[in-house]
Parts: sequence; structure tokens; C-alpha cells
Amino acid sequence: MSAGALLPILALLSSLLAAVVIFALPETSHRLRTLVNLLAALLKLGIVAVMTWGVFQGIDFSVSFTMLPGVRFMLRADALAMLFAGLSALLWLLTTIYAVGYLEDSPNRSRFFGFFSLCVASTMGIALAGNLFTFFLFYEMLTLSTYPLVVHRGTEKALQAGRNYIIYTLGGGVVLLLGIAWLHGLAGDLAFRETGHFQGSDPALHGQLTLIFVVLIAGLGVKAGMFPVHGWLPQAMVAPAPVSALLHAVAVVKAGAFGIVRVVYDIYGIDFAFALGLLQPLAWLAAFTILYGSVRALTQIDLKRRLAFSTISQVSYIILGVTLFGPIGTVGGLVHLLHQGIMKITLFFCAGNYAETLGVHRVDELDGAGARMPATSAAFTLAVLGMIGVPPLAGFVTKWVLGTGALAASMEWVILVLLLSSLLNAAYFLPIVYRLWFSPVVAPWPAERRWGRLETSAWLLWPPLVTTLMLILVGLLAATAFSPLSWARLIVVRMYLP
Amino acid sequence: MSQWLIAGLLFTPLAWAALSLLLGFRQGRWLSWLGMAIQMAVSLALWFAVMEGGGFYYALGGWNAPLGIALRVDGLAVTFVLLTAAVGTACGLHAGVYLDADKPWQRYFWPLFWFLWAGLNGVWLGADLFNLYVSLELISLSAVGLVALGGEAAALRAALRYLFAALLGSLAYLLGVALFYGRFGTLSLAVIDQLLVGGEPALIVALLLMLAGLALKTALFPLHAWLPPAHGIARSPVSALLSGLVIKASFYIAARLWMELGDRLGSPWLAQGMGVLGAAAVIWGSWLAFCQPHLKQVVAYSSVAQIGYLFLLFPLTFAVAEPVSLLAQQGITLQVISHALAKAAMFLAAGNLILSVRSNRVKALAGVSHFLPFSLFSFGLAGVSLMGLPPTGGFAAKWLLLQASLASGQWWWVVVLLLGGVLAAAYVFRIYRASFLEVSNSDDFYHPPQSLEAIPMILALLALGLGLVAEPVLSVLALPFEVVAAEAVHP
Repeated sequence: MSAGALLPILALLSSLLAAVVIFALPETSHRLRTLVNLLAALLKLGIVAVMTWGVFQGIDFSVSFTMLPGVRFMLRADALAMLFAGLSALLWLLTTIYAVGYLEDSPNRSRFFGFFSLCVASTMGIALAGNLFTFFLFYEMLTLSTYPLVVHRGTEKALQAGRNYIIYTLGGGVVLLLGIAWLHGLAGDLAFRETGHFQGSDPALHGQLTLIFVVLIAGLGVKAGMFPVHGWLPQAMVAPAPVSALLHAVAVVKAGAFGIVRVVYDIYGIDFAFALGLLQPLAWLAAFTILYGSVRALTQIDLKRRLAFSTISQVSYIILGVTLFGPIGTVGGLVHLLHQGIMKITLFFCAGNYAETLGVHRVDELDGAGARMPATSAAFTLAVLGMIGVPPLAGFVTKWVLGTGALAASMEWVILVLLLSSLLNAAYFLPIVYRLWFSPVVAPWPAERRWGRLETSAWLLWPPLVTTLMLILVGLLAATAFSPLSWARLIVVRMYLP
Repeated sequence: MSQWLIAGLLFTPLAWAALSLLLGFRQGRWLSWLGMAIQMAVSLALWFAVMEGGGFYYALGGWNAPLGIALRVDGLAVTFVLLTAAVGTACGLHAGVYLDADKPWQRYFWPLFWFLWAGLNGVWLGADLFNLYVSLELISLSAVGLVALGGEAAALRAALRYLFAALLGSLAYLLGVALFYGRFGTLSLAVIDQLLVGGEPALIVALLLMLAGLALKTALFPLHAWLPPAHGIARSPVSALLSGLVIKASFYIAARLWMELGDRLGSPWLAQGMGVLGAAAVIWGSWLAFCQPHLKQVVAYSSVAQIGYLFLLFPLTFAVAEPVSLLAQQGITLQVISHALAKAAMFLAAGNLILSVRSNRVKALAGVSHFLPFSLFSFGLAGVSLMGLPPTGGFAAKWLLLQASLASGQWWWVVVLLLGGVLAAAYVFRIYRASFLEVSNSDDFYHPPQSLEAIPMILALLALGLGLVAEPVLSVLALPFEVVAAEAVHP
């Protein structure tokens, strides 16, 4: 087997094997488990880095075998795959470090980290999937492996959230399966291809293709948290903070958004999707979700719940970028896949730090926390500014590129949506920042813990600081060769100029 | 070579049944371990022999069909023989540890177990209607005996109910066989296939009778009422055998009849009607599974639902293009195999869980996820296959059936297939939910020995892996069958 075929398999196996080893380890061997976790995460990051370099050089990484008559299991690394794989490999390492600190002294760690690794293996599979069938395989595996994480605490409330999570996501999965099977019956096994498959197809099929598109997007929209199937996301915030980070930034919602990108570009082809008139309604829906999520976030008192509605809003930026018919809009959407991940994971890390260190879960309890936890609060503030779109942070780059893309596609109304959304972001985020830094402490913290010299455990402190640094750097260095923005440009160049 | 293998396959179980009758449970266990090893080796060898050389007809002892026993050794049959060996061995090993050796009636477990195995191999390989009947009776009677083995009044009641249903089913089947014999003077399926020209009313009635009898034995909705009590009350390894293999035997005969004779004796109404009953079984069985307060009843009703999928074979192979029919046949075969593995895993895992919490109630599972994750994990993996989620065998089956439904324009089965998966998820996740509830921090569960925990895990992993290797498995199933040999049997 050549190296080209080996690397995608290794990327997948590194966390799959980690999961098996962790399940096999006894509950009490915490050090060994942490070691396995970190080694697997580092190994994966290395593999993904090598593959990214290879894809940049134009090396073809792919492997496939026939699984069922007429259906292949297919892994393939293209530039788009590496965008998602890079994001999840990088953030997995940080989330693992964070989770080790977060779950110290809590029960069921073996189960937690086992499913955690399975989750990341699924995400890697979703990123590297070479056709819709393989994508679906890992997409469902992700659903199943996140369930035990969502209900991890085993409380009545967590189980209720898990129930809703599974109803939404499995329901979405069934709809997606219908779309994929239907499309397979119509057109056979379709590998993802930069230009799509249906340009110049038989007009008699266009009616069915339109229907299938709607079915596919409806199925994928559940995980992407699009209105009106976003209901699971705010409820799932009862899960531990590293799980929320995983759901919101690394894996689940991203899997949905990534799937939509794949369907629009690599199955239908952007030109064909535009010609069928499929992009316009999707753009409206995305715009509505952006505003809806922001408006709902305004009134949430629970910090993580507010962040969850913010995710609903932010993920739809990706969808909106995809639907802006033109290369610049696409760049904006793709780059936000990464930017949103970095910013949102910082926010969830910080929210987790407040909860673990001070016992604070509500926005109105945060008064004066900036003095007690300056580093966490600084990270939180910078991530918030990034979300709002203050230059030169990550969010600004996204919004700028999206705006330019909208103008290029002559969809001026999108600018209005972006402005309105930024205002709303400011309206629900800045009061928190104000409370952190400028309000005096009114009551003792609900459940304060001391972790020695630092403001909180080092395991909990470093991950958000690193992601904050990243969100500054990706904005500052957006124009350099190895920024996410440049990588998104590379994808788009390959997409539009075959 | 193959002759010896077939002889070993059929006579080892019979000989072992007779021998173990003379022994107690513990000595019988030693003997049976040896027997299971032989069966496993012989089944594997036969499977590889057919994979290399293709299928063949075989007349046992050189006697041809009207007097002797003719066997049809094709890819499908040897695959099921191998499946029986796998599931049978797993259940036998599990039972050896799980069953309480001190109860006096347990010594009848091994004879019944081996008679059951002999009957199953007879059904998979049988080539004429009468020998199929004999094998089927052997299966039914030993299965009833196994259910009654619990010894309690409830077990006897369930066994009796099972016995009546099985006898009624056999009677209907035998009537049909008699009608065929009266018309053609032979019982060989291959010969009947050649002599049959058109749909004579008497023969249609005969086919209907046989299908009805077999449907009763398979527990097709609305004839399923005997199954949940019997499978629910039996000891877990027995339930695993019954749900995994026994109900598949009668379905297998029905499917063989349909594939050979359905094109001439069947009608669109019959085909669609069977499909509708299957669909109703999927929906109703899943719903009832969701409502059951007892763990094993959940699993038993799940069998009623999963059996329903099998009957989609009838509409999806009737009057459709050859490739579509092939897709449907492959899908159904995968469903049989994956359900056998997954359901056996699930029953064995459920048995372990019941042993641990000392109660059959779903509610009693609270906290199991914390202290006994292994059996729960096996249960969950098997559940994934039942839900038909990738990459399991259940998913591969569902995918093929979806393709067959779409390609033949019968979109209504698509709805059933998708809805069935959702409902299966509902009853499986109900169990997870119960087990994830954290109630106390003390571990007062019984921890079963590791051998008991490993067996369901292996079966569940097989069900999971089946989806990944579905293509090579299906290629063995599709091996060309030497029809030339069939001529030789012609009287």
C-alpha cells in the first residue's frame, strides 16, 4: 500500500485505536489514559500536518474499497477535507488537555474519553470521506458517539437533553439517508469532485434533483443547527464544557455545515445549484437563522445557553457564504468554518472555567469576575470582540470577505444582515464583558475552588489562552501564505478553475 | 472430501444429542465443547470448499430423492450453516456458564440443543419438501422443549402456547406438501420447478397454505402472539438461539418456495399482501417493544419487528427486473445474517445485565452504565445493527432494500424501512437512557464472569463488521449453482 493510501487510514485509526485502548484501560489508571489521549492527539496532528503539506503540493491521498454492490467506502484528502481535518485535529488536542483538567476527580472517565476519541475519529472520517455514502457512515457514527457525552452527568436533565439530541440528530440522519439513497438510485455512486456532477445533466431529472437537494439540506441542517431544526443545540449545553466545545466548535455543528458545503459544491456543483435556483432560498434561510439566533441569545440568562444561540447564528455564516454565488463569498464561508471554531471554543473554555473555578453559570453572577480571573476574562473578551467583528481579529476577516462576496454577487441585502447581526452580537456579548471588568463583586462566588498559584488549574487555563492567540494570529496574518484565509482561497481556486 | 464434511455436519449433532442424553449437565458440557469445535471446523471447511468449487447437489448415502435425502449445497446454504455454527457455538458456550448446573432438569439442555442444531442444518441444506418438513419439526419440538426448560409455570404455559402454534403451522405446511405430492408425485423442489407450468388453483392454494403455516412459525404479524412470551421467558442463551436462528428456518423455507415457485403461482396481491404484513410487523412490533416494562420483552418484540423486514422479499422480488430482484435477495440475506448475530448478542447481553441487576425490569438498569459498561456496550453495539445505522450489517441490508424499493418504484417500502429504523432507535435508546441514570455511588451489582461478557461482544462485533465485508460475503452467496447436477436427481 502506498503512502498516499496509508495516511488517511492512519489519521482515522489514530483516534479509533486510542478509543479501543482507553475503553480497555481500567477506570483508575488516569495517568496512562491521559498519556494515550495526548499521544494520539499529537500523532493525529502530525499526520494531518503532513497530509496538508502533501495536498498543497498536489499529492493525491486516497483509498477505497467496494463495501456493497455499487457502493465504495472511500477516503480522500482534498483541500477542503484538510480544512476541516486540520481544524478538528488542532482543536482536539486542546480540548483533550482541557477535558483532562475539567474532569479531574469525576466518575466515568474511561467511558468519557473512550467516546470522546470515537467522536474525533468520526469527525476525521467526515472530513476525509470521499463520497456521500462514506460521509453518511461517519456522520451517523458521530451521532452515536456523542450521545454518551451529552448524557455524561447522568442527571434527569442531562438525559432529557440527550433524548432530544438523539431525536433531532437521528431524525435528521434518516432524512439524509433518504436523500443519499435516492440520489444513488438516480445517479449511482458519486465521488466528491470540485466541479460537481450535474452540470449539463438531463433536464428531465431536474425536478427530482431539486427535491433531493431539499431533502439532503434538511437532513444536514439539523446538525448545522439551522432554523427550524436547531432546538437540540441550546438544550445540549447541560453537557460538560469540553463536550459543548466539541459539539459547537469541532465536530457536530461543523459536520452539518461541512456536509452542506460538500453537497452544494462537490455533488451538485455551484453553477448547477445556482442554475436550479436552489441557492437563493438557502441564503434566505441562513440569513434568517443568523438573525434569529442572535435575537434569541439576547434574552438568555444562562451563559452557556447564550453561547449556544450564538452558535446557531454563527454557523449559518458558513451556509450564507456558500450560497453567495461567487468565489469570494465561498472563501468567506469556508474560512468561517475555522474562525468560528476557534472563537467559539475559546468562549466555551472560558465559560467552563467560570463554572469550574467559581461555580458561576449565569450571566448575572459574573459581576467582577475579571479581577478574580484576569487571564480567562481577557481571553473571553478577545473572543467576544472577534465574534462581533472588530478588526483585526478572526471574525472581522470573515465578515469583511463575506461582505465583499455579497457585493460581487450583487446581493446587497446580505450586507444589511451582516451589519444587523454584528449589532446584535455586540448587544448580547458586550454586557457580559462590562460585568466582568467594571461591575463590583456583589456576592461571594457560589462555589469557589482554589487551584494554587494560578487563577485556575493550568490544564484549564492554557487551552483558552492558546486559542485566543490563534484567533488574533489568523486575523493579523490573514494575508500570509499559511493562514486559513489563504487555504480557503486555495480551495476556491481549485473549485472554480478546474 | 465434501461428502465427509456433509456427513459430519448432519451426524455430529444427532450423535451428540444421543450421547449427551446419557450424561448430566456438567459432563454434557465437556462433550458439547468438543462437538461445537467439530461443527465449527466442518462448517468452515464446507464454506471454503463451496467458495472454491461452487455449489452441488448431494444425495445422502447414494439414495436419490424419493427415498433418500437429497441435499442442496449452495453458497446460501453453506453461509447459513456457518452462521448457525457461529451463533450456536456462542450460545452453547454462554449457556454452559450461564445455566445453573444444579437444577436437575438442566441435563436435558444439551440433547435439545443438539437436536435443534441438527434440524437447522437439515433445513439449510434440504432439497425436498418432505425432508424440510422433518427438519422443521425437529427444530420446533426441541425449541419448545428448550423454552419449557425453565421449569416454572409461566415457562410451561409459554412453551405450550408455542407448541400449539408450531403444530398448527406444521399442519398447514404439511397439507400444502400433500397437495404438491398429489399433483406431481415428487417432493423434490428442483423437479417440481421443472414440471410446473402455470398457476393451477389447487397449487395456488397449496402454496398459500404452506406460506401461511411458515408465517405462523416465523411469527409474522398478526400471527406473532406466541413469540414474545416464549422468547421472553426462556433462559437468555435459549432466547438467543430461538430469535437468532429458529425463526429464520421457517422463513428460509418460505423464501426458497417463493423464489422457486412464486413467479408462476404468486400474484401481485399475494406479494404486496405479504409485504404489508411485514410492514405492519415492523411498525407494531417496534411500538410494542418500546412499551415493554421488561428488558427481555423489549428484545423479543424487537424480533417481531425485525422479522417484518424479511417479508419485504415478497413484493421486492415479484415481477421486477432481474437486477432489482437480486438486490432485494441480497438485502434480505444480509438482514437474516445480521439480525441473527445482533439479536443473539443482544439476548446474551440482556441475560448478563439481568444477572447483574437481579431483575428483568428496564427501570432496574439505573447505574449499570457506571459499573457494568461492558455488557451494556455489547447491547448497544447490537442495537446499532438493529437500528440499521452504518457501518453494520443491518445498515448494509437496509441500504440494499432501499435501493431495491426505489428501483422498482415501490416507494412505500422506503417509508417503512426508514420509519422502522427510527422506531428501533427509540426502543434501544430507552434502554440506554435507563442505564445512564446515576442513582447511587455504591456498586452492589453482581459482576458476571468475563467469559459471559466476551461472547455477546464478539457476536455484536461480527454484526458490525458484516457491513464492512458485505461485498465478499454476498459474492459467496451468489456463487453459481450447478444446475446440471439437478438433472441427475430427476427420477
